[in-house]
Amino acid sequence: MTEFEKRLLDGYQRGFPLTPRPYAGIAEELGVDEAEVIATLRRLAAEGVVSRVGAVFEPLSVSASTLAAMAVPDDRLAEVAELVNGFAEVNHNYQREHSFNLWFVIIAADEDGVARVIDDIEERTGLEVLDLPMLEGYHLDLGFPLQWN
Amino acid sequence: MSAQGKTVDNGCDPVIEAELDAVDRRIVIATQDGLPLVRRPYHAVARDLGLEPEDVIARMRRLLDAGVIRRIGVVPNHYALGYRANGMSVWDVPDERVQDLGRRVGSLPFVSHCYHRPRHLPDWPYNLFAMVHGRDRVTVEGGVDAIARLLGDDARGHRVLYSTRILKKTGLRLVA
Repeated sequence: MTEFEKRLLDGYQRGFPLTPRPYAGIAEELGVDEAEVIATLRRLAAEGVVSRVGAVFEPLSVSASTLAAMAVPDDRLAEVAELVNGFAEVNHNYQREHSFNLWFVIIAADEDGVARVIDDIEERTGLEVLDLPMLEGYHLDLGFPLQWN
Repeated sequence: MSAQGKTVDNGCDPVIEAELDAVDRRIVIATQDGLPLVRRPYHAVARDLGLEPEDVIARMRRLLDAGVIRRIGVVPNHYALGYRANGMSVWDVPDERVQDLGRRVGSLPFVSHCYHRPRHLPDWPYNLFAMVHGRDRVTVEGGVDAIARLLGDDARGHRVLYSTRILKKTGLRLVA
């Protein structure tokens, strides 16, 4: 990771220019060419270090969502995870160390849409889905400073 | 105006309740996988949607001001950068203290998300969630210890649920 790459990753998690040539604006601040900024971001994206360059949306403002948890018997985990992942409304799905071992986020256009996904998963698996919607958030995801090794 | 940010008093924090019109939703859908890495990314989005570039920029600025967009920028893949440990710490704190405590926990630098969520008794007594990220478990444990010290006697119980596998991870996805 070069100093330039670190500055791109660390310094531009927010405040990306809303101007016709945003990469030129970044390039000017970093003292490089616009083409170098674009080429570097493309490479970092291709390498998987950058997920994307763009907007991080506040889920609640464009949709309804919940955090769901299930206690899945070990021998059914692969099958249930596959079923859950099959829903377009499910975006994160993590296996965690707990009797509630499957944790996923459901995002739908409205609360009925979220409820339908939960009902469907419960019916098809015969397992209970814990529905833990956010009641209040105390930390906006504004990016966080990276620590380099 | 398309993204009118209305401040709703729900008895705790002001919640942004913005209304998206059809054009805003098209912009959200067109940009949720990221902006194109070309010299004029907003022009490219505008062209795809049959809009004027100035309109795309103005609407995205309004969505940002209204809080519908939290931020625009480079979204690093923390896992690829070596942030392999991801501990979801969950805490049982008194309901009447959760807002004050949540704000303090949420302001800790290593906490990426902090939420009040409902308990599900008797199986799930925890009402405060704080996601702690780090390069390894030792670092995450240090963060959890710091939260425990901050909460003191208000923490009546807690657990840390480490992720052992990422089974699916995509960004927020609206379906057109």
